[in-house]
Amino acid sequence: MMSLKPLLLWTDVLLGLLILGGLILAGFIRRRRHLRAPWQRVMQSKSGMVSLVILSFFLGIGLLDSIHFRPLVDSGKSGTKAYGVEVLSLLDLMIAPLRQRPEKTYSAPLATHLYAKETIELADGRQVRTFPRLVYGGAHLNKPEDEKAADVIRRVLAGLGLAVILWAIVAGVWLWYLSRRHQVGFQNWVMMVFRGRTPVPWNAALFTSLALLLAGVPAALMSVKYHLLGTDKVGQDVLYLALKSIRTGLVIGTLTTLVLLPLAVLFGIMAGYFRGWIDDLVQYIYTTFHSIPAVLLIAAAVLMTQVYMDTHPSLFETVNARADFRLLFLCLILGMTSWTGLCRLLRGEALKLREMEYIQAAQAFGVSDFRIIIRHILPNVMHIVLISMVMDFSGLVLAEAVLSYVGVGVDPSMISFGTMINSARMEMAREPMVWWSLAAAFSFMFLMVLSANLFADAVRDAFDPRIQTLSGKLNLFGRKIAKETEEDQK
Amino acid sequence: MVNYLIRRLLYALPILIGVNLVTFALFFVVNTPDDMARIHLGVKRVTPQAIAKWKEERGYDKPLLVNKTAPGTAKVTETIFFQKSVKLFAFNFGKADDGRDIAYEIKKRMGPSLAVALPVFLLGLLWTISFALMMVFFRSTYLDVWGVVLCVGMMSISSLFYIIGGQYLMSKLWNLVPISGFGDGPAALKFLILPILVGVISGMGAGVRWYRTIFLEEIGKEYVRTARAKGLSELRVLFKHVLQNAMIPILTGAVVVIPLLFMGSLITESFFGIPGLGSYTIEAISSQDFAVVRAMVFLGSVLYIIGLILTDLSYTLVDPRIRLE
Repeated sequence: MMSLKPLLLWTDVLLGLLILGGLILAGFIRRRRHLRAPWQRVMQSKSGMVSLVILSFFLGIGLLDSIHFRPLVDSGKSGTKAYGVEVLSLLDLMIAPLRQRPEKTYSAPLATHLYAKETIELADGRQVRTFPRLVYGGAHLNKPEDEKAADVIRRVLAGLGLAVILWAIVAGVWLWYLSRRHQVGFQNWVMMVFRGRTPVPWNAALFTSLALLLAGVPAALMSVKYHLLGTDKVGQDVLYLALKSIRTGLVIGTLTTLVLLPLAVLFGIMAGYFRGWIDDLVQYIYTTFHSIPAVLLIAAAVLMTQVYMDTHPSLFETVNARADFRLLFLCLILGMTSWTGLCRLLRGEALKLREMEYIQAAQAFGVSDFRIIIRHILPNVMHIVLISMVMDFSGLVLAEAVLSYVGVGVDPSMISFGTMINSARMEMAREPMVWWSLAAAFSFMFLMVLSANLFADAVRDAFDPRIQTLSGKLNLFGRKIAKETEEDQK
Repeated sequence: MVNYLIRRLLYALPILIGVNLVTFALFFVVNTPDDMARIHLGVKRVTPQAIAKWKEERGYDKPLLVNKTAPGTAKVTETIFFQKSVKLFAFNFGKADDGRDIAYEIKKRMGPSLAVALPVFLLGLLWTISFALMMVFFRSTYLDVWGVVLCVGMMSISSLFYIIGGQYLMSKLWNLVPISGFGDGPAALKFLILPILVGVISGMGAGVRWYRTIFLEEIGKEYVRTARAKGLSELRVLFKHVLQNAMIPILTGAVVVIPLLFMGSLITESFFGIPGLGSYTIEAISSQDFAVVRAMVFLGSVLYIIGLILTDLSYTLVDPRIRLE
């Protein structure tokens, strides 16, 4: 049994708080019918359900990767315990086989031999230049040339079979539970679900999870003995890198909104509600921030953090703590550059709301401004806040990759899609090309961003009252919130 | 009109001062010039003399805000704030860390930046608007639905993928154009095709969706019904009425970026080796040349404010009801 010392990184704490806040909010919403209704509409849309399943898969991996600790390396003779400087997460433990099998350098997906030639001494003393066998990838095969195909096919088939069995069990239990809840006979319920006759498209959710399992289980079985997506320059498993990148993307997409929300909501509502000099001041602040090119502001701020971290090395106990600090700071500065859009929207909405009759009634009754804002304005702009939050997520995940390429993203020691792409980009010129790192990073990122975009659309359709009164289906995907509204043109 | 312009320009002044203060705080207060010197000279084992020399060479040896030792007005002018921040207002950018004049570099590099950014902007606008109009023309058919699906898919792809994929396909696989580089005059054309193509395609997803929403909003209005009732063809309704009435939201998004085109694109330019302002900025960031970054921040905000004013002016061109007083 490995002894562990739990370790809380700043982003872990904030992510945990965010999840906790989300759960409390969910409990609050569940008990109120008018708040529950739009969420039910999200669940009832097929694309919403599909993307929700995929997003929860990513979220699960990200959360597992957010529980950190330092393993005990050696309990000394004097009884003092020494903990390693290496910080591991729960996910690292679960996919330990991926982490602990470094090769020497590049190897192609499912390869058994290295990608670069080396001089090897044969048993009889002769030296040849050839592609050496991998230390771990396909090491269980005696004659890889003949056995590999059969072995891979066997693993894929076994994986597919296992996936179907797993899925059947999970789906069965879930459907049984739902049928009890809806008081429908199990068989009838199953028929209803698969014919898509239930209000919530459970069939879409079930098929998505089947697809995820069909892809995931064979992949897991293969990566036990192979490097499914190959290895990178220093011989790290690319699948491991891709899985670890998920957390970085999630942290940036979620924590940034944590910074952005208070700024935007406070300033936006105050400007719109009080007007006068407060409005002028807020408008001045956001125009100033908006006029600075975002990339440059981020670059300047990150460079400054880098200088700060370099001149205060004693503040950071481990490399991870350092990288984590920079990640947190990146979220902070991303939030500082992107609150202006939402602030402007909220200001416009508050300007509109304050002329409403119920607000005027409240004012006539002598209700204090603070209470009016909390009770009457805030609940009525929450849909805008929520929509822009989910819409920003995908943009932030994409931005991380670009910023890391520019060199002002996450710390180079932190695994992220951006750093993966950045290090793989150099190998474009190699002949034959090393494509698997890039392909893995781009496809994981694509899946994550696509499902986030689809989910954002479903949320927007459900929450934006204007679009519903227009034409529900037609406006299915139009983007309104992300861009400036018309108020501020005047 | 003239009054309006003067007022807008005066209004821009406090914003630029604000930008200046923000950058000043970031570059000189959060981290002192000593810290910067240490980073440039190597963190460990650096002598105070070396730091002092580094600071003196770049003019960072003055006090931040008030120079108590200097006489008269020099109390204010002989400071970092005045020398490095206030002088930006006169577009006096000073020298980069390698000793070259920043203003000269900016002048030299604007051309190549524009050579990529302007065609991307114009072609992109034309292509996205026509595509969006086509989708609106075939609205609620399979063409529209699949168009939207395509847009959402394209939006979800990283811009880095378009660049890397484009370079791989066009340059490596098909050998159509050089992978990167730049030339003078007509020779530049073969280097420009790929970046422009990539720029147009990567902006397509979000653009088409945005314009489609604008057009769909317009098409539900009553003047469209009247136009149809007059017996106008659907195409005529779209191009003559809907497009013209949708001009205001289109201009809001488009005009403001026109001045910023001078700044070029960071990613595109550095991937394709175009010697524009974007790659200049990237080089400055990676070599931690704060003087250049500061100059670019200031230039960027000036151009953005010009863009805002141009946007207001453009409204008067498309909507006779709007008068700038």
